[in-house]
Amino acid sequence: MLSRTADNLFWFARYVERADNIARILEAANRLSAMPITYSGATNEWESAVAATGNLAGFRATGAEANSDTVLNFLAFSPTNPSSIKSCIETARFNARAVRTALTAVMWESINGAWLDLRRVDGRNMRRSGIDDFLGRVKEASLRLDGAAYRTMLRSEAYYFFVLGVMLERADNTARILDVKYHLLLPENAEVGGGLDYFQWTSILRTVSAQTAYHWVYRQSVKPWLVADLLVLKQEMPRSLAACYEAIRETLDLLGREYGRQGPAQRMARTMRTKLANANIGDVFQSGLHEFLTEFLVENARLGEAIAAQYLS
Amino acid sequence: MPSAFDEMTVAPGVCRPGYEGVQKWLADTPREVLELRRAEAELLFRRTGITFAVYGEADAEERIIPFDMIPRILTKTEWDRLALGLSQRVRAINAFLADLYGKAEILKAGIIPAELIHRNPSFRPEMVGFKVPHDIRVMIAGIDIVRTDDEHFYVLEDNVRTPSGVSYMLENREVMMRLLPDLFAESRVAPVENYADDLLATLKSVAPASAPSDPTIALLTPGPFNSAYYEHSFLADRLGVELVEGRDLLVNDDAVYMRTTRGPQRIDVLYRRIDDDFLDPLTFRPDSALGVPGLIAAARAGKITLANAVGTGIADDKAVYTYIPDVIRFYLGEEPILKNVPTWRCREPDSLAYVLDHLHELVVKEVAGSGGYGMLIGPAASSATRAEFAAKLRAKPDDFIAQPTLALSTVPTFVDSGIAPRHVDLRPFVLSGADKVRVVPGGLTRVALRAGSLVVNSSQGGGTKDTWVVNG
Repeated sequence: MLSRTADNLFWFARYVERADNIARILEAANRLSAMPITYSGATNEWESAVAATGNLAGFRATGAEANSDTVLNFLAFSPTNPSSIKSCIETARFNARAVRTALTAVMWESINGAWLDLRRVDGRNMRRSGIDDFLGRVKEASLRLDGAAYRTMLRSEAYYFFVLGVMLERADNTARILDVKYHLLLPENAEVGGGLDYFQWTSILRTVSAQTAYHWVYRQSVKPWLVADLLVLKQEMPRSLAACYEAIRETLDLLGREYGRQGPAQRMARTMRTKLANANIGDVFQSGLHEFLTEFLVENARLGEAIAAQYLS
Repeated sequence: MPSAFDEMTVAPGVCRPGYEGVQKWLADTPREVLELRRAEAELLFRRTGITFAVYGEADAEERIIPFDMIPRILTKTEWDRLALGLSQRVRAINAFLADLYGKAEILKAGIIPAELIHRNPSFRPEMVGFKVPHDIRVMIAGIDIVRTDDEHFYVLEDNVRTPSGVSYMLENREVMMRLLPDLFAESRVAPVENYADDLLATLKSVAPASAPSDPTIALLTPGPFNSAYYEHSFLADRLGVELVEGRDLLVNDDAVYMRTTRGPQRIDVLYRRIDDDFLDPLTFRPDSALGVPGLIAAARAGKITLANAVGTGIADDKAVYTYIPDVIRFYLGEEPILKNVPTWRCREPDSLAYVLDHLHELVVKEVAGSGGYGMLIGPAASSATRAEFAAKLRAKPDDFIAQPTLALSTVPTFVDSGIAPRHVDLRPFVLSGADKVRVVPGGLTRVALRAGSLVVNSSQGGGTKDTWVVNG
């Protein structure tokens, strides 16, 4: 397969996954901002939403104050923000079009349909119900694409690069959501687990569609370290860092087997997978969740570079 | 032009051989059902053809070329003769190109004036003296044919650079077979779906001698912004080969490689859909970002076959076209089976005199022009325009050729007012391999949808039809 084709597939998957995550972050912010301050805390929910997408610097450069209008516009519709939902869908489709023949017909129809549908949406002066509808359609588009890939793609290199893109992006986004919330929620000297931040932690679970899963696994009320445990270490939780890395390791091994050659990417993925499997959440909190997640984000990005060097260029 | 030859109807209710099934279908099917089928065709085509549209963002709607459901039919007898003529013509063109870039005997023999070749921008002096594998330069040709009556087919134009349109031939057939299965079942239409296999066999056969027995083939495209990109990806898909852009390729020690997830992979045959000028910035246009530096050197070293070869454009030049019948006689020692449209070369004094006398009934074309620019349509022009043009002709006779206005044949076509005859042409595709010449029965029929119009180009309201070859 052409390196460019693999590169397009990888980024196609990443951008759709990114759009999905931004939609989730905006939904959670929308919900929290509708609550009285006494429930949601005094933090600026909108600024934390931007921070969770990893693009606070980009937003501050616009000079706007963070409120529902400015953040919604920046994260959902802005053509100048390369990671806005609209830009992500645009870039995803551009990548998909370049590798049209490496995709199955259903996949192409799904991304092209989403693009045709979403590009018509005019974000200006949109009512709340309109926003909810838009975000719902973005999530549906990514679900449809995931399903189309899972059901119709040949289990071969094209599928593997697609999966790598999804998982690397998903791990990155999960880590960011957890990190930013944790950070903003924890003013100096504040006791974690006080009554005030209950809704904030619940909102993290809601963002990643994991409330029910949380209750099934832990059978108790929402606790910060258990939320972190679920999203970082729980193998059974499909978007935890551990689960993402198990998928990444497995996929890279399949690629290595198909090509008859292992490389730095396989070794790095295995190391990270082992580290996550051996960690326990008590130790992680002991040495600092923020430090742990920051290091993870750096290593995740480094693995992305290793995959690019080994296969995509 | 009411007197034009209609390929279906001889007299009311009487049709030419081959059209019986279609005539019965048109007569027996109620008007509403025909309309329904027509709407269905439109829908099917939009769905299959949606890929034509999506590439053109804002002007998406315009990119779907109108499709007419009534097929254009040739009998096997007519086709066999056409195919013989096409194959003869392309064989001669290949011999001609081998000679022009070799010993140039045809120029020494005085058949064609040397300066007509050497001063022509389509001639590539860089390629003189270099052999190409199997001595074949035109592997893929699209020859534009028009018909004027029961007997006569004329070659209007040879396209031997990077001819396009074959994806329409294939998709038109797919749509028609889904739409009118019964009509197909009784008409026994010769298939065209083996085109991709034929093309693959052709490309494999011209691999360099040093290539492995299963050579690696790739299709080189200028990229998604090119208007024919859909066809490029469609063909790559059907051929089962990689669709590459210039940036996917690298040249090392005169061998060409594509960058793959397994590392560089050697390419033996490159079906290129990029014009000569943009192929290699080291040899041709240095500002081209589409091509591959070093590609021409690799081709000259014989380590890769380019299909078509560089420099084939000299053979489909308008001025050189007039000599193709002589080219056929010179290299093959045969009489041309297909005729050229009679053409006066204004560079010759007798012809010039005739053309000046008959401007009111001729079409005069500038040799270097294309797309209808620099053209005089005598019957439609005012006497002032004609006088002006006559002055240009006298000043630079070498730059012009003249042809009679042909009465192109018509085929019944759906139009707003019902079914009416419309003018058509035909572009069959001729594949030349080291082993043999292959022509799939049919081709792309283009139809001028405006009444009386002779212009079939899609940019000017032209549409397409499925082309059938049937027994009869």
